[in-house]
Amino acid sequence: MDHAFEFLVRQGDNVLVLGHRLSEWCGQGPVLEEDIALANIALDMIGQTQLWLSYAAEVEGANRTADDLAYLRDAWDFRNVLLVEQPNRDFAVTIMRQFLFDAYHVPYLHALESSKDQRVAEIASKCRKEAIYHLERSSSVIVALGDGTEESHKRMQAALERLWPYTGELFLSDETDDAVAESGLAPVLNDVKARWLQTVQSSLKDAYLQMPDNDFAQIGGKSGIRHSEHLGHMLSTMQVLQRSYPGAQW
Amino acid sequence: MSHRHVGSLHAPDGEMAIKNARDVYTRRNEGVSIWVVESNQVLASSPTDKGPLFEPSNSKVYRHPTFYDIPDDVGAM
Repeated sequence: MDHAFEFLVRQGDNVLVLGHRLSEWCGQGPVLEEDIALANIALDMIGQTQLWLSYAAEVEGANRTADDLAYLRDAWDFRNVLLVEQPNRDFAVTIMRQFLFDAYHVPYLHALESSKDQRVAEIASKCRKEAIYHLERSSSVIVALGDGTEESHKRMQAALERLWPYTGELFLSDETDDAVAESGLAPVLNDVKARWLQTVQSSLKDAYLQMPDNDFAQIGGKSGIRHSEHLGHMLSTMQVLQRSYPGAQW
Repeated sequence: MSHRHVGSLHAPDGEMAIKNARDVYTRRNEGVSIWVVESNQVLASSPTDKGPLFEPSNSKVYRHPTFYDIPDDVGAM
């Protein structure tokens, strides 16, 4: 297995899948301001996808492009963590999923800025500027809704409990994680976890939300072994154009 | 740096208003800085007062410094 390719596809797929999920809110946000904000974040993430998957395609050297990787792979070839493919459900789940990911994304990208691979460091540095804003926004909304009305608090707590089992996968190292940490391409995940936990604990405290006392982790996303059934449905929408009209361009 | 009113939006507080303004009004790279003010803190002139407030200056072109050459170094005035 080419660990560098695998690593790059994981980065690209995380933001591709989450970006697409966010785009599903476009035109349906609870208020205009949130609708536009979610669409902006989605666009940021699709832009980040382009950087990661273009590099992945180059590293692979199999004559595929970023578009081929995004639109012509099936669910089992996707390498995103399970957290980002979870469906939007209500706004509480959407924004909690965003927060849990952003809180990981910022310190992870920060660490990637010291990657031995110059290109990875440059991509990370560009992405982190955007991610910092994403985290600032999602953490403010977490606090506003957690410390909002009885209903909003209840929904936020439920969203947190629903998504919590999907956070463990972000930090459980597998063979690829170990290999890219060893080669200096990427950080040791456990080091990132400490910073993630710090952010999560402090925001949840401000939001009067109770952090679940359970470290059971659903895994199988970043290895591609066991994606949830939701990913295939999402891809069928995301990829329909290229599947129906192969090679279509505009 | 002159600021210009670009629009109105909803937000639970000032911090969030700045974030919302950033998302709603600066997406095409127009943003340099943002000021937000609660709408109930804005005192506005009444449209019916337009005549007495603004018409008197209509006939006084000499109040516009258009008869001077402004050196390029001065920049926007």
